[in-house]
Amino acid sequence: MNAPGASPPDPRSIWTKKKMMIELNGVGKSFTLHNQGGTEIPVLAGAELSVAPGECVALTGASGAGKSTLMRMIYGNYRTQAGSIRVGGVDVTAAAPREILRLRREGLGYISQFLRVVPRVPTVAVVAEPLLQLGRPRDQALDVARGLLHRLNIPERLWDLSPTTFSGGEQQRVNIARGFAHAYPALLLDEPTASLDAVNRAVVLEMIAEAKARGAAILGIFHDVAARDAVCDRAVDVGAFTPGAVQ
Amino acid sequence: MTPLLQVTGLSKHYGARIGCAGVAFDLYPGEVLGIVGESGSGKSTLLNCLAGHLTPDRGQVLFDTRADGLRDTVTMSEPERRMLARTDWAFVHQNPRDGLRMGVSAGGNVGERLMAVGGRHYGRIRDTATDWLGRVEIAADRIDDRPSAFSGGMQQRLQIARNLVTGPRLVFMDEPTGGLDVSVQARLLDLLRGLVREMGLSAILVTHDLAVVRLLADRLMVMKSGHVVEAGLTDQVLDDPQHPYTQLLVSSVLQM
Repeated sequence: MNAPGASPPDPRSIWTKKKMMIELNGVGKSFTLHNQGGTEIPVLAGAELSVAPGECVALTGASGAGKSTLMRMIYGNYRTQAGSIRVGGVDVTAAAPREILRLRREGLGYISQFLRVVPRVPTVAVVAEPLLQLGRPRDQALDVARGLLHRLNIPERLWDLSPTTFSGGEQQRVNIARGFAHAYPALLLDEPTASLDAVNRAVVLEMIAEAKARGAAILGIFHDVAARDAVCDRAVDVGAFTPGAVQ
Repeated sequence: MTPLLQVTGLSKHYGARIGCAGVAFDLYPGEVLGIVGESGSGKSTLLNCLAGHLTPDRGQVLFDTRADGLRDTVTMSEPERRMLARTDWAFVHQNPRDGLRMGVSAGGNVGERLMAVGGRHYGRIRDTATDWLGRVEIAADRIDDRPSAFSGGMQQRLQIARNLVTGPRLVFMDEPTGGLDVSVQARLLDLLRGLVREMGLSAILVTHDLAVVRLLADRLMVMKSGHVVEAGLTDQVLDDPQHPYTQLLVSSVLQM
């Protein structure tokens, strides 16, 4: 409790006071396929990882090593069987659904390779959605969205159309625009430059660098080595967390 | 934050058969809870027990009323429950015919709920009705038409307007997009998402359509044979299902 007259605690202080924004300790994951004879597939064991504000860390490792799985676990999309995953002070492995939803609204962004939207909703509204969820005024949110679409070279005549019919590269850029609409303190990027041309790839790398500069903690998967070298401060090999691997 | 609804130990039997058993959950303001499961899994029984249409055998349904705080809607008097159903609750039926008065004009359908909570000024009621028809994308010049002259999608949007006009805090939805063709479904989903966000509504949504819950629900409960077998964040339950039945349900969806 606060002393009488003291100012109320800033609800956002959890995002600024932490030394590590993302912190994984002893994290393990396995899938159990109940309808295929109860087969258990161990995927990760003893994963340790941390990302500080302003830092960009790359997840590396062979295909199937569990990079995307680990990223989904940090986002609370996959369950975690062992260890703890703290993002801005919230333990994602133990938090109630509404706490995770709040974390995703305010603190943790995730740009996946796939765009999932309600059909019929205009692109500009898709991009503005994270800001509308935070209660930002509609005009302001749409202005930010237009600015991002412009920057990512989505032609203006497409802004009022649903992105469901866009090309793969356009959809990915819409996804990136949406992921950068709010200045999340922590950001997960799954192959953000995968199907982009050189011009747009440069724009995305510039946006990642700006996010770092404002203090965002970023964890990313980049198969594009040049892109990885351009924005990442260090790399963590997920292969080291393969169950049974020598550590 | 206080939960809007707190449910504990809720059970309903039909003779020896289980309708639903031992259901417990909290619902917070602004949250949308999806309930999925196959036909006969008990999801509609549960919804009807929560909405006061069926009396459960056991358990509590505590609702945070505006006047008196938490009240058990199972044990409150019938008039009190009816008052809640007209004010703070809304119920969207799968078949609009169950939720609309088919012999009354569109405007009348919306206005009737306003009059039930004391609205008496005809001009103001008609203005509010017109405004709500616009919000659910029904043209103002259709206000005097009867719902029987509307398409299925329009009837469903009219039912939503009739339900939301009194500013409820909790909406029960039973397969709201069932029976509509896919393009109309998408439009309705978009509309519902917008209304839920703008009005800060809480909602409990029963459906067998996993794509609908993915787009609308924050949280999910999976029911089988009257029991909740898995619950959690919607995308987590759908993308990393833990229970054998949920895994079967998710893997049975046709890919396109």
